[in-house]
Amino acid sequence: MNAVFYIAAAVAVISTVMVITRLNAIHALLYLIISLLAVAVIFFTLGAAFAAALEVITYAGAIMVLFVFVIMLLNLGPQATAQESQWLSPKSWIGPAILALVLVGELVFIIARGELRAPAAGPVEPRQVGVALYGPYLLGVELASMLLLAGMVGAYHLGREWGMENSRQGDGATGRQGEERLNI
Amino acid sequence: MEYGLLLAGTLFALGLIGVLVRRDIVFILMSLEIMLNATGLAFVTAGARWAQADGQVMYFFILSMAAAEVAVGLALVLRLRRQFKTLDADAASRMHG
Repeated sequence: MNAVFYIAAAVAVISTVMVITRLNAIHALLYLIISLLAVAVIFFTLGAAFAAALEVITYAGAIMVLFVFVIMLLNLGPQATAQESQWLSPKSWIGPAILALVLVGELVFIIARGELRAPAAGPVEPRQVGVALYGPYLLGVELASMLLLAGMVGAYHLGREWGMENSRQGDGATGRQGEERLNI
Repeated sequence: MEYGLLLAGTLFALGLIGVLVRRDIVFILMSLEIMLNATGLAFVTAGARWAQADGQVMYFFILSMAAAEVAVGLALVLRLRRQFKTLDADAASRMHG
């Protein structure tokens, strides 16, 4: 189990270094997803299965998809097709693919050995986490829901203005003042 | 267990380097995600050390905070792109109040 931890940690550090040194945003995003998956494997070896599942579903799934959407929106232009053909070349995805294969190998190794126990103090079951969340931390859960609501309303507000500005560009109206748009 | 905290520190330092070095605002947001993830790793590691659920509860809160932060941050990226026609964070260094 220790070897699995060390290999996953190495994969996480390598892919994170690649994230902050890439020039292309999509390449960096591929490495960032690998980094998050490696941290999920580390959670699994620590006996935190609930955190590992959340990491894969929410971080590597939902949040990274948001990044991909925004980067694709930003790249709308005549050079988009040229970039598309460049992204499909093997040298842009071979690095993340190799690191992902390492993680898959670790996962197969863990499942094949049937050893799901944490090395130190025993796993923390999802049941314990749920009881703690809706017991002593109930107020925190409510606050998190309020935070998510505020984030959703804020993102909707900013994104809606962006769309309206696009449709108004035809008549040359460049209302830069926020107050104007708030009155619409 | 100390190796888990060491890894969390390393990832956090890498994210901090990314925030300080890169000027593309999308990369700054990615580096912020790396830092938040490293913080969550530290919490889960500590929770696993004492076999308590509190570490994963704190990770849950960090996760929801990161989701809200990235939604607003990416909406701001789109606005920055529309208003300044660039992704350079230094282009928006002045507030036009």
